[in-house]
Amino acid sequence: MQRGQGGKVPFGWNNPRVRSFVYQAAVLGIVLALVWFFTATAQENLARLNISSGFGFLDTTAGFGIIQTLIPYTEQSSYGRAFLVGLLNTLVVAVIGIVLSVMLGFLIGVMRLSRNWLVAKIAAGYVEVMRNVPLLLHLFFWYFAVLRPLPGPAESIEPLPGVFLNNRGLILPEPVFGATANAFFLAIAAALIGGFFLIRWARKRQVATGQLFPAWRASVALLVILPGVVWLVAGAPFELEFAEHAGFDFAGGMRLLPEFVALVLGLTLYTAGFIAEIVRAGILSVSKGQREAAAALGLKDSTTLRLVVIPQALRLIIPPLTSQILNLTKNSSLAVAIAYPDLVAVFAGTVLNQTGQAIEVIALTMAVYLTLSLITSLLMNWYNARIALKER
Amino acid sequence: MGMEDITGRPAPRSKRLTPLVWAQRNLFSSVSNTILTLVSAYLLWLTIPPVLDFTIFSAVWTGTTREACLAPGAGMCWPFIWANIDQFIYGRYPPEEIWRVNLTFALGAAVIIPMLIPGLPARRLNLVFLLIVYPLVAIVLLAGDRPGLRPVPTSEWGGLLVTLVVAVTGIVASLPLGVLLALGRRSNMPAIRMLCIIFIEFWRGVPLITVLFMASVMLPLFLPEGVNPDNLLRVLVGVALFSSAYMAEVIRGGLQAIPPGQYEAARALGLTYWQAMGQVVLPQALRHVIPGIVNTFIGLFKDTTLVLIVGIFDLLGQVRAQLSDPNWTMPQGALTGYIFAALVFWAFCFGMSRYSTFMERRLDTTRER
Repeated sequence: MQRGQGGKVPFGWNNPRVRSFVYQAAVLGIVLALVWFFTATAQENLARLNISSGFGFLDTTAGFGIIQTLIPYTEQSSYGRAFLVGLLNTLVVAVIGIVLSVMLGFLIGVMRLSRNWLVAKIAAGYVEVMRNVPLLLHLFFWYFAVLRPLPGPAESIEPLPGVFLNNRGLILPEPVFGATANAFFLAIAAALIGGFFLIRWARKRQVATGQLFPAWRASVALLVILPGVVWLVAGAPFELEFAEHAGFDFAGGMRLLPEFVALVLGLTLYTAGFIAEIVRAGILSVSKGQREAAAALGLKDSTTLRLVVIPQALRLIIPPLTSQILNLTKNSSLAVAIAYPDLVAVFAGTVLNQTGQAIEVIALTMAVYLTLSLITSLLMNWYNARIALKER
Repeated sequence: MGMEDITGRPAPRSKRLTPLVWAQRNLFSSVSNTILTLVSAYLLWLTIPPVLDFTIFSAVWTGTTREACLAPGAGMCWPFIWANIDQFIYGRYPPEEIWRVNLTFALGAAVIIPMLIPGLPARRLNLVFLLIVYPLVAIVLLAGDRPGLRPVPTSEWGGLLVTLVVAVTGIVASLPLGVLLALGRRSNMPAIRMLCIIFIEFWRGVPLITVLFMASVMLPLFLPEGVNPDNLLRVLVGVALFSSAYMAEVIRGGLQAIPPGQYEAARALGLTYWQAMGQVVLPQALRHVIPGIVNTFIGLFKDTTLVLIVGIFDLLGQVRAQLSDPNWTMPQGALTGYIFAALVFWAFCFGMSRYSTFMERRLDTTRER
């Protein structure tokens, strides 16, 4: 739309500026009127139905139990505490799901481009099956059709020694850290910091002198050797505590609820299908000439992949990958359908039913997801800007 | 390079592509490739036979009651599907009125299929019919809110019918809304641009479940006393707003791909803003993003399953409901029901995604690899 040239067009309907102002004022007016109407109606309804408003309810005793709590929580805790428990449960599922689905997605995406016919077809089949079935159906399938019908604790399936799978969940051995654990973790931290500086130094030296130093390999060696030496000298930093049959159930070990396992499985398998397609498209987008030029310069296949193909592919992969990561976070709210106590199930479910304060509860829940979306996209935008094409 | 006389040589023999040569090239070209092939074959051996066994070879195909499926080792219980197929398609819609649903489906197919075939004439007329006439006819037929038809409340709708109603409403409402929002987001007027950005980013930032919760528990609080739209209608409004935000971003992508010269030329010819957009820019932009629109529709189609969380029985919800029927309790019940639902959803979504790939190929004449 062209703007008027200030004084040249006479004031009036033919002046685009005047028109634009009138349109905007009209639209804003309508929006404000709607907002005012809905607020007034809501106040009237709340008064009529005797529903209190405000966030005071967050301090009230909740009075219900939650099956998975990462922070101390009892029935005497407040609604605010229940909100935090739900939020943490959402975050833990989202983070684990993101890590697993990105790894699986990259693997499948690369497999789909394999020169091996069978490998490529398996990956293609995976993508077509997983992507075209609704996520909720994935969750129902894993939860109601696979995990819930499993035998009880007495006849648990033991896929690996010390790992038990039954209708009460997945029971893993729990690492119990001993006295030397601190030294072990210190060694890992030292190796990570050392590796970071080694890589920086090697890059600087290569820029200055052109000499290569196998910094990555040296760092990995550091990461294996340092903690390894500490392990050998000071003894094992942790012991695995295996779960044991105790009465009708297991004692000890680490227990993952079936709801949690189903949710992570469903989210991971579903989202990995989408990520695989993004990765494939990204790698395909790097033109053949780039590989050929790298080969002509005498670069090895692995070096070509690391220095030429992947950096260019990442540029195309990151933006859609961000939206997949956001989708996974938002999709974790489907937990409510299989009764995993995430934010939506605990807060927009139980708390809403008990307090009846729909407006506050839904607004707070939406605000959490909006904030999570905002933080994720800010982080990914920052990373994207870092790897973007630097034009000079 | 030195020249060599090759006139006297016999023509090179081409290696014929026998299955053995093909396998050697594609499966066993090197040691690592051979290992990969063997590992993959083992993985397939672990997964495919049990699946085929359950769904086909050990499956129970005939019978009318669950007793047919209770034999030890029996696989998928198809009698369960046959016995409940009406519920899966129509929900609790009165059996003697089912012809109205079938008529609606048939009309819908008659409108949509010609739209999908490229090169058929009268597409604009067809689009108008799909966006305006068909929804009205469908509402009258399904709800029966007219003399001569028996009214059927939406609480009796269910199954595939609800899945399609939610999905089609989502797409029909989101196309025009999405176009308006996309234009608004690219407008020169700051107030309108800001409103559109806030609207789009809000709906894209929250999960559909919270939108559905909002529609079913929060919306009634914002409406005057006595105004009480039914649950399905409220959910449809939520779905329409939600999908219009996603549609707006897809269409915005198309608008960005059209060079500004097109719009400027149209304005120079004396067209107004709406004429320039409607006759010149949008037809090009929308054609560019047909694959994106189809993909949004696939996403929406899968997301319709979430309505079961707010108590509306779509196909998946109906499968769940029939599974809790005591007449059909059996060990393989859940697997049977969910595999069947997965097959139905898969068929729809796979078909649509194939169509989207087909259109992408047709539209993209420049890419040659």
